[in-house]
Amino acid sequence: MRESQWWLISLGAAALMVLLLTVHMGLMHLAGLLRAAGVDLGDVRSFAAVMARGRSAVQLIFYLLFLAAALYHGLYGLRSVLLEVTPPRRQGLLSGLVLLAGLAAFAYGTYVTVRTFTG
Amino acid sequence: MRSGRALRLHTPPRRLGVRGWVYAGRYGIDRYLYLLQRVSGLGLVLYLFLHIYETGVRLRGEAAWTATMALFRHPVFVFLEFVVFAGFVYHALNGLRLIVAELGWALGAPSRPVYPYRSSLRRHRPWVYALMLLSGILLALAAADIFALPG
Repeated sequence: MRESQWWLISLGAAALMVLLLTVHMGLMHLAGLLRAAGVDLGDVRSFAAVMARGRSAVQLIFYLLFLAAALYHGLYGLRSVLLEVTPPRRQGLLSGLVLLAGLAAFAYGTYVTVRTFTG
Repeated sequence: MRSGRALRLHTPPRRLGVRGWVYAGRYGIDRYLYLLQRVSGLGLVLYLFLHIYETGVRLRGEAAWTATMALFRHPVFVFLEFVVFAGFVYHALNGLRLIVAELGWALGAPSRPVYPYRSSLRRHRPWVYALMLLSGILLALAAADIFALPG
């Protein structure tokens, strides 16, 4: 694939992230405001609440999409920034390292999400 | 000796490295917004890796999870939570503006190149003001929730 296509995928991931991360941030960090608006979600960070959300199939799909989009967009940006200060002969190595880090993080995040789902 | 012809010296391009990200001559507000986009992005990537690790604590059981959440209620972590939220708000809103700008949307009809020129930066300037206003409102709401409201 051409570099411009990888970049367009990064923009697509960014657009997806705006939606998913807004929902995630709203639920996790703005619970007080939601409560003031009449929506009481309880303690969203308690162990019981976290495990209950983790056992939902909707949450499973949400988190896996979220994880993939976040890691792709974030690491593509990191790679873009680091490429500017990397000599040309080392740029392939940099891209490989960033890819490995992303795959490792995705594997671990998927493992945690699926283990929580399956109990 | 050649007359009437400028003497050209070959000078290598100025390589400023990372310093060039911050200043390389006359940068406008748009360039600094882009710099802040990069800084917030790098901060969020760092946070992302820590967050993926931290969410895995749940697999160690309720005691480990509760202890971790208790640690995150420390005022330093509460402040850092606000910083992460602020980084997300700015990065997301400015990112949307950059997507619109870089794909050439909402530029309006082309105009004749007659001085004073209306560059694409000038045409997109209202988006910058809207972004700052919206970021300020959302950050004020987030600060109210994270620092003031209970729970």
